[in-house]
Amino acid sequence: MPGIITSILFLPMIGGLLLLFAREGEGKDSGVRAFALVVSLVTFVLSAVMYLGFRPDYAGMQFVEEAAWIPRFGISYKVGVDGISLLLVMLTTILTPVAILFSFEDVRKKTRLYYMSLLFLETGMLGVFFALDFFLFYVFWEGMLIPMYLIIGVWGGGRRIYAAVKFFLYTMAGSVLMLVAIIWLYFASGVGTFDILAHFREPVDAGLQPWLFAAFAISFAIKVPIFPFHTWLPDAHVEAPTAGSVILAGVLLKMGTYGFMRLAMPLFPTAAREFAFLIICLALVGIIYGALMAMVQTDVKKLVAYSSVSHLGFVMLGLFSFNLLGASGSVIQMVNHGISSGALFLIVGFIYSRRHTRQIEEFGGLLRVMPVFSTFFIITALSSIGLPGLNGFVGEFTILLGAFERNAWFAAIAATGVVLSAVYMLWMLQRVLFGEVSVRANLGLADMNRREWLVMLPMVALMFWIGLYPKPLFERIEPSAKAWLSQVNRRVLRVEKAPAPEIQKNVLAYAQRVEVK
Amino acid sequence: MDSLTLILLFPLIGVLVNLLFGWKRGEKFAGWAATLAMALAFAASLAGWLRLLAMPENGRLIRVVLFEWIPVGAFEVNASFSLDPLSAVMALVVTGVGTLIHLYSMGYMHDDRGVVRYFIYLNLFSLSMLTLVLGDNFVVMFVGWEAVGLCSYLLIGFWYERKAAAEAGKKAFIVNRVGDFCFLIALFYIYSVVGSLDFSEVFSKAPGLLSPESTAATIICLLLFAGATGKSAQIPLYVWLPDAMEGPTPVSALIHAATMVTAGVYMVARTYVLFELSATAMLVVAVVGALTLLMAASIALVQTDIKKVLAYSTVSQLGYMFLACGVGAFSAAIFHLMTHAFFKALLFLGAGSVIHALDGEQDIRRMGGLQAALPRTSNTFVIGALAIAGVFPFAGFFSKDAILYSAMTAERGGVLLWLAGAAGALMTAFYMFRLLFRVFFGACNLSLEEQQKVHESPTNMTLPLQVLAALSIVGGWVGIPIITGANVFGDFLAPVFGGHAEAHHEVVLEILMMVFSLAIAFIGIYAAYNLYVLKDDGGSAYAELWPGVHRLLVNKYYVDEIYDACIVQPVKRASIWCWRAFEDGLVDAAVNGAGFFVSSLGGVLRRLQTGYVKSYAVSMLVGALVILLYLTAR
Repeated sequence: MPGIITSILFLPMIGGLLLLFAREGEGKDSGVRAFALVVSLVTFVLSAVMYLGFRPDYAGMQFVEEAAWIPRFGISYKVGVDGISLLLVMLTTILTPVAILFSFEDVRKKTRLYYMSLLFLETGMLGVFFALDFFLFYVFWEGMLIPMYLIIGVWGGGRRIYAAVKFFLYTMAGSVLMLVAIIWLYFASGVGTFDILAHFREPVDAGLQPWLFAAFAISFAIKVPIFPFHTWLPDAHVEAPTAGSVILAGVLLKMGTYGFMRLAMPLFPTAAREFAFLIICLALVGIIYGALMAMVQTDVKKLVAYSSVSHLGFVMLGLFSFNLLGASGSVIQMVNHGISSGALFLIVGFIYSRRHTRQIEEFGGLLRVMPVFSTFFIITALSSIGLPGLNGFVGEFTILLGAFERNAWFAAIAATGVVLSAVYMLWMLQRVLFGEVSVRANLGLADMNRREWLVMLPMVALMFWIGLYPKPLFERIEPSAKAWLSQVNRRVLRVEKAPAPEIQKNVLAYAQRVEVK
Repeated sequence: MDSLTLILLFPLIGVLVNLLFGWKRGEKFAGWAATLAMALAFAASLAGWLRLLAMPENGRLIRVVLFEWIPVGAFEVNASFSLDPLSAVMALVVTGVGTLIHLYSMGYMHDDRGVVRYFIYLNLFSLSMLTLVLGDNFVVMFVGWEAVGLCSYLLIGFWYERKAAAEAGKKAFIVNRVGDFCFLIALFYIYSVVGSLDFSEVFSKAPGLLSPESTAATIICLLLFAGATGKSAQIPLYVWLPDAMEGPTPVSALIHAATMVTAGVYMVARTYVLFELSATAMLVVAVVGALTLLMAASIALVQTDIKKVLAYSTVSQLGYMFLACGVGAFSAAIFHLMTHAFFKALLFLGAGSVIHALDGEQDIRRMGGLQAALPRTSNTFVIGALAIAGVFPFAGFFSKDAILYSAMTAERGGVLLWLAGAAGALMTAFYMFRLLFRVFFGACNLSLEEQQKVHESPTNMTLPLQVLAALSIVGGWVGIPIITGANVFGDFLAPVFGGHAEAHHEVVLEILMMVFSLAIAFIGIYAAYNLYVLKDDGGSAYAELWPGVHRLLVNKYYVDEIYDACIVQPVKRASIWCWRAFEDGLVDAAVNGAGFFVSSLGGVLRRLQTGYVKSYAVSMLVGALVILLYLTAR
């Protein structure tokens, strides 16, 4: 299927550009939003075609397209997809139409710009997952910030400017570090190209690795976000419009974990191992800290935002377990978190659009008034706390199993998150759904309408599908995850040429351990 | 299709049918659909059991693999199920008692506005419970394990508008999750040792890979047991079960007495191969069981809520089962699990019938003399009480006797364990007959007006009572002839427990012990009779005997208060502190402070104090280039 990736990648952007010709204003919005929805749906169909054509048994990049771009610097337009990025691409193409459909009633001002932003954002996100060239990666990585910044800053809540600026500066600070590291890597390696795959083949000097890894890692850690770089997240979520939150939690946060997996770890494996303990510790702190923060929030949306900090700690733990269970589980968990958190933000959006408040104390007894909504809410919450049979469990279980293989204590500490997540989620359910209707304004609330049903159905279907039959996903992840692992491990072995003595010792020790296995 | 698959399929169909059509068709349809689904599942279980009987004794196993579930490299978990004598007994109890309780529910939940939802949950529970007992690997078992917890949560909080119900549901789920946490870690540990989570592989390889009395074996077993204490309400995680009585009474009978709470016992029995590797863990199981049975029975002595008495009684009886497991008498534990399912379901349903008749009244101090108005309920309740008190020839007599005998004579047993069991039996007889006398005999404490409204329950409620009463009598007979050496029940389970026939029976000792337990039962019954029928002062004399002890028991040893003060409040306070002082006060302030610093610095240097993002971005870019220049020049 030649050109499939390029068409998926740029279709949303072209759709967005075409919106420039649309007319805006009273009564004309329906055309704009319908067009945006159709564009995102076609993108989804194309990505589904790609999914079906994807060879599950092949570990390398598939559907690779390459064209020279700035040959003088070895910059090219190179895109491809493997088992790791495939699922994240699918997540993006599913969540975007969902977010657009949700926005139909939610966004009433400057609709044209809004849907343009969403479509541009989709191209940006897809680009990050598809890119196989550092320069291209960076362009998409930065480009994505602008529409997101606009979405928060223009259509957000009361403190939207503060939140948008904080979001922008935070991530900008990180990505500048990454830019420095990319350029440095370019000069230091002598490969003479920005081709990511080419850099995989060329080991980086072990003395340099920690610096470059740290630069990449900080940039990605902010995106994930890893404790203590997370404080932009609650603010951004609380102020962002619902669709913005869905995309932010669903896809944008995965950029960080994906960055670790695609770039930071395989490029600098020695350093990744050295930093592994620190990062795992931060991930564990994040799991527990995020859960505790979520527990005491009074704003539903902030609660969900903090739960993301907790859940993404699991993904980091899986990645830095350096084994197949951890890696596969992490990829699945990225998708799971996108679905569960995305759905939770949609749920919050439903009540916010009815009551214009998100304070937990303003609710109570909604199960009586809105039974269908409540059912969706309960299922989504259960998926988020990892109930077996729903998606969250599959990821958490494999990650914890992988983490246990590395160090039993890591798994044990992380698993406390299983208890804590039940505490904050069920407590929230209790205060929002159960009890008697305590606030008069809640009495006449309408249950889910047809559009809202349509928004939630794919999410719930995915929760059950991944929970009950994740085999097709694991099958597609496995070869790439295995290749990724050998990449990480082999590179450690090949750095033998000039490392510092103590690193050499570590490497040899590790090599022996590998051989024994 | 395989009978094993059918056992699971029928409840699933029940759930789906009611999800799709129940809402429109209404109460009657939903009730019958759910009950029929259970009855069919029971028939399938019977068929499966018959198939097992037809097989040679040591090859009784039916396996079915539905689909590959989580395949990650060498780690592979399938949705696979198996039926062996142990799971057959469990499936029969779950579907059999389940069918009766579904039938009963049609009467009990009549006219409740959530009745369709109720039957969906009930079928979903049965499906989950069957997944738990039929699962052929630890992960499928864990799926059922968590799913029954979910159904329990939903059903305890069924009347969600009542604050106490919603609160109790949440408490149950969270306390159970603490146990599940330990269970999960145990699974990881097992996988790291054995490299598989399939029952057959784990149980065949573990003895070779784990040396007996090794730390690893002990830790695994203790973690598994910690998981069991959550689901089966043992010390220290029993606190959720009494609160769970907020749920509808048939739910208490099905989930919180007959089936779900026995899952921990089933799990320990299922993994007996591992437990046999660690004497320490076995001792812990036995001691925790003994302590729980004493503690819960003593609390039950003074409770005044009819369901709370039964709830603590359940905790106590589960303690007996763990005591049996701990001394290695696994088939005795399962035997008691089965008889307990009969008589405790009977007692709960009887209590439900009383509550139904009194329009929601649960305080036994307001009851009395109901025998005349509720003859069928009363008669069956007497049978249940005799069974749990351990009176010959009712079911409880045989199973409790088997446990007490093993506690005394088994290799891992001992006099102290036996003594705990005997003391518990005394208390059991007392609290049960205290309840019986106060509810059904003596003078009625209701107002005349209320008394006139009391009515016997409809047939669909009394029929299950009668069937369960019959089972509470004859259910124990399958385990009778210990003396003659042929215990049918034990023999059926023997292949599962490695051909462990129970220890050699010393006939004289056994008869002596039987007589002794009978004597204990009668002493307890007489004491209750003396206090509540002869003296008839509502037990106040006995409360005044030791006021301190009485207060301690009424307040349930203050365990809830201690947990609240030592765990719940500190966590809450720490979280709020983290939020206020650390998150907002330190981390975020540092970030904002840095931003402010940069912007004012920028203002001084370049007069760009506009706060535009652009200017920040530019300054960052410049900064980055400076760093880059420095590094390349270095």
